Amino acid sequence: MTIDFSRQLHYVWALLPEIILCVSGMVILVVGVSGRYRHAHMAAGGSIESKSGDDLGWLALLGLLGAAMANAWLYSVTEVGESSMIAVDRFRLFSNWIFLLAAVLGILISFAYVYRQRLQAGEFYALILFATAGMMFMVGARDLIVVFLGLEVMSIAVYTLTAFNRRDRKSAEGGLKYFLLGAFSTGFLLYGIALVYGATGSTNVAVIGEAISNGEASMGLLSPAVALLTIGFAFKVSAIPFHMWTPDVYEGAPAPVTAWMSAAVKAAAFVAFLRVFMVGFDAIYALWYPILWWLAAITMVGANLIALVQTNIKRMLAYSSIAHTGYLLVAIAAANETAAAGMLFYLLVYTLMNMGAFAIVMSVSHHSEERLYIDDYVGFGWSQPLLGVFLTVFLLSLAGFPGTGGFMGKIYLLLGAAESDLWILSVILVLTTVVSYWYYLRVAWVMWMKDPETEGQHNRIIVPFPMRFALLASVGLILYVGIFPSAALEFARTSIEGLGTFGGGLIGQGP
Amino acid sequence: MHTALVEGGQATVDTAAQFEPFFPGLIILLPLIGFLINGALALKHARVSAAAVRLGGELDLGEGDHRPETHTLPSYVGPGVMLAAFLIASVNFIRMLSVELHEPHVIEYWTWIATGTFTVDAAIQLDQLSILMTMIVTGVGFLIHVFSVGYMSDDGGYPRYFSYLNLFIFFMLVLVMGASYPLMFVGWEGVGLCSYLLIGFWFSDREKSDAGKKAFIVNRIGDFGFLIAMFLLFGMFGTLDFVPLFSEADNLEYGGSLVTAVTLFLFLGAAGKSAQIPLYVWLPDAMAGPTPVSALIHAATMVTAGVYLVVRSSVLYALSPIASATVAGVGVFTALFAATIALKQNDIKKVLAYSTVSQLGYMFLGVGVGAYATGIFHLITHAFFKALLFLGAGAVIHSMHRSLHRTNDHQDPQDMRNMGGLKAFMPITWGTMWVATFAIAGIWPFAGFFSKDEIIWQTAAFGGAARAPYPALYQVYWVIALGTAILTAFYMTRMMVMTFHGSNRTGVEEAKHLYEAPPVMWLPLMALAVLSVVGGWINVPEALRETFIGLGPLTSEWLHRWLEPVTEQAHHIQEFNLGEVAEQAPFGGGEVTWAVISTVLALATVLTSFHLVIRKNVRAAAEDPELSGFSKVLYHKWYVDEVYDRLIVQPLIRTSRFCWRVIDARVIDGIVNGVGWAARGVGFIVSMFQTGTVNTYALVLTIGALIILGVSVF
Repeated sequence: MTIDFSRQLHYVWALLPEIILCVSGMVILVVGVSGRYRHAHMAAGGSIESKSGDDLGWLALLGLLGAAMANAWLYSVTEVGESSMIAVDRFRLFSNWIFLLAAVLGILISFAYVYRQRLQAGEFYALILFATAGMMFMVGARDLIVVFLGLEVMSIAVYTLTAFNRRDRKSAEGGLKYFLLGAFSTGFLLYGIALVYGATGSTNVAVIGEAISNGEASMGLLSPAVALLTIGFAFKVSAIPFHMWTPDVYEGAPAPVTAWMSAAVKAAAFVAFLRVFMVGFDAIYALWYPILWWLAAITMVGANLIALVQTNIKRMLAYSSIAHTGYLLVAIAAANETAAAGMLFYLLVYTLMNMGAFAIVMSVSHHSEERLYIDDYVGFGWSQPLLGVFLTVFLLSLAGFPGTGGFMGKIYLLLGAAESDLWILSVILVLTTVVSYWYYLRVAWVMWMKDPETEGQHNRIIVPFPMRFALLASVGLILYVGIFPSAALEFARTSIEGLGTFGGGLIGQGP
Repeated sequence: MHTALVEGGQATVDTAAQFEPFFPGLIILLPLIGFLINGALALKHARVSAAAVRLGGELDLGEGDHRPETHTLPSYVGPGVMLAAFLIASVNFIRMLSVELHEPHVIEYWTWIATGTFTVDAAIQLDQLSILMTMIVTGVGFLIHVFSVGYMSDDGGYPRYFSYLNLFIFFMLVLVMGASYPLMFVGWEGVGLCSYLLIGFWFSDREKSDAGKKAFIVNRIGDFGFLIAMFLLFGMFGTLDFVPLFSEADNLEYGGSLVTAVTLFLFLGAAGKSAQIPLYVWLPDAMAGPTPVSALIHAATMVTAGVYLVVRSSVLYALSPIASATVAGVGVFTALFAATIALKQNDIKKVLAYSTVSQLGYMFLGVGVGAYATGIFHLITHAFFKALLFLGAGAVIHSMHRSLHRTNDHQDPQDMRNMGGLKAFMPITWGTMWVATFAIAGIWPFAGFFSKDEIIWQTAAFGGAARAPYPALYQVYWVIALGTAILTAFYMTRMMVMTFHGSNRTGVEEAKHLYEAPPVMWLPLMALAVLSVVGGWINVPEALRETFIGLGPLTSEWLHRWLEPVTEQAHHIQEFNLGEVAEQAPFGGGEVTWAVISTVLALATVLTSFHLVIRKNVRAAAEDPELSGFSKVLYHKWYVDEVYDRLIVQPLIRTSRFCWRVIDARVIDGIVNGVGWAARGVGFIVSMFQTGTVNTYALVLTIGALIILGVSVF
């Protein structure tokens, strides 16, 4: 099919996955408050509630399936006419896969948690779908206004989800902090967009790019504008020093939300970041590249060092997630096709391994918020061998051990960095990876190499079927892309084609 | 590659016969299958014991508790896959013997990494070097697996042990057979992980689990060097496959700074894995693992991977005289340094550990002076005699442990001061270990003599080359290498005497429980003893053969000729730039003269030190007085661990803590103030602002934003 952007109706086709998600989200909301479910929720009895919650979860998965089909279908369409708002390119579609994957995994691991914590299932699953739609808007946007719109749709849903467990003080606290600081940083982003408009007379990313390379833009406005946009995005990807919210929010948010948002929100922000900076600000690479260079360096070093001394596994994983932000920032600083493809690939792998690790943390904490210390993992491997092996794979992949997807991702990022001659950043990346082995393997160490002080403390761990499936799929995919990565690498590489020009790599030099 | 350098007569053979590999993939695959079977069994067993715990049952992992379901299968699968892999490797070896293979035979399985600009295949490379390494790994590996069946029979983690061991062999084979640096790196990391798992095998002991961590961390430093070198190589050549990379390396400038950087970084990796100064500290601690593991991983195979790496990259090293001199220098100083520490150790495994570090130093000296085949030669003979020494020590410890256990004696079963006179109880172990001792001491005609002596000789010869880069330096190396050989003979004799000779110090009751190891353990000892004698005959120097009665026509420098296709490119570069190596040692005398001198010296040292030590009244550990003076410094290993702790470990921990406090402000604010503001309803927001948490965050955010704005605007 051909999508003709001169006809308004065709925007519906171009936005089909997002629309399906929004509609299914609303359906779930309505079904969730309908008599039967409402009543069931009020009932104190467990089984009915669980069942009703599960039903809504499956409904959400159905919506995601529909969106996935629409996303697959979009590969077959061709664009005609000028679209100033939304892109139908492989870059967007690849990113959509990541969000869909994250949402599916997120919902699969939520079932038991939603039941145990007696959360309102309808709102919970609907918000995940809305946030996912927001992410998709963000990465498909050709216009800064649409980026902002998507960002806000996503963020508000995520703020709510963070504070979703109202009975838990930490959850409410995390949600409020996230909201306050998020609003603060959104201000930077919005102000940046305004200045860009002032400098170039447009909010369309491609037009901005042209205006800048033709020398029509006012540089005096452009440099603060780029700085403000960088700050806004840096907050969303949680780069140091804009990361302060991350550990609190990750620790406070309901565990499945943490697992899901640590991957999906970061991925959305990074993809939008990449598109805006590479397409829009390619010509002024020299202006923003030093900022990104320092952000990447500081984030990698700082996060890895702090993660070393964490004792709470959720906080450790939070700092690990900040460290991964640092690695991914290297790709943006490199600003070439290999780095961009590497980033997509890395985000895909990161989604799998990070969500997998969080999912197991959840099941160890009995789908609640207890037993979150690394010492609680003593002897875990031997009493839960399968989960132990899985968690080991996730941790090894996060550390970047050869044979796992995480290793391939790091190699890909390093190749991108090498292409832009970012040698010092590459060395920092490798060195900090060396450091990161310590805290990842400490968990693996405790799991396998220490005898539990109290026998049988891991015997009550329950892994419901949906989560088991999610874990198995994640481990399988991580090992598959680690051992046979060429298909996924090729897929990521072709997804970069047509994104736009890449001149950044040509200028590469020291910070 | 150099294909034109085929000698006339052999060229016809080359075209006539083609090398046909015999299921080389299976060599790698078999240990992996073994790992999966044993690993599944270990996990299943873990489940069973967990269930037993749940039911309130007692877990008895004690002695004599042979559970057939956990012992039978691994006993056959573990060594079985190794034997099969060894046989397949042998078939390939024999096939390669019968043809003249000049180009490495590369077999590609699938495209591993493809990013458009960069492609790496999952491919194995069969050539003279890799097949030799494969034979050593699978062959010695098989013997050690067999030994383990006896040694580990009382251990509760029996299937787990064999699964780790098989996994180790798998990664080791990937390391030596991989056709590119990234694949080698996979094996490199993998063996590191297995080593970490096996060192910490008896994890209930805190000291032992710390040793595993230490090994892992130190190796990561080395791996960092390896990774950086890989990326530099990729930047230089655009490929990381061995064959195209080395053929293009010919175009590099001799002594260029880039190639020097690459080779130095690679050597950092090699120094980490092969325990050289300054990264040697993990290996002695690694002795916390089961003794067969020490024999397999920390003596015969994994620790020699660094030597293999240098030989594999010989073309690059030949291009960089500075890196080569560094390799040789670090090697020879490590040899000396470790040998001095070995003089004063009382733990039998510690002596062997430092001896291994020292012998690895010799190998690096060899490859550092351009004698790549000689380095591999010493690697092979060392694999035989050091595996034998470790297994022998394992048999001794096994016997000691059982005896002390039965008599409820809490002495250290590894302390040689508690042994003495074991010859009477363990004659086979005693005999085979003396064979190994003669070999390592370098006494003719045992294996170590040929290899070690050749390294020492090549050092002298290289220093005397027409345009040798730093002739005086190599003379110093040569003198140190000679001196270290004498130290080696001394500390090994000391170990043998303290363990097997003199009066028995175990105690009367304990001595009744000392027995020779069972056949499943002494048979591998015998096999290795034979190899420790004849292993050196594969490479008898031409000069020695001419002077003395030779050992048959096959022996003359066979290994050199065999490895010629791998090393000739490096030799050409070296000869072209430095000229022919010398025929005379610095103080006169040719190869034969110095060979005679060194073997006589070694023999004299063994004899004198035997008498010296046996006359000395060795006291049992409990009664032994504290050492003082220089002996104390040596006993405490020159205090290197303590220095590292002060200079590196503690500052790093302090920095992390500092960063945590500064960057993660919640730790200060949240913990102190957070207690009070639980469940305050509406006042919640207000109280949060009062605590300043969000304020702090916003402040940091603002400062960051101001910096970025400032930088970009001004």
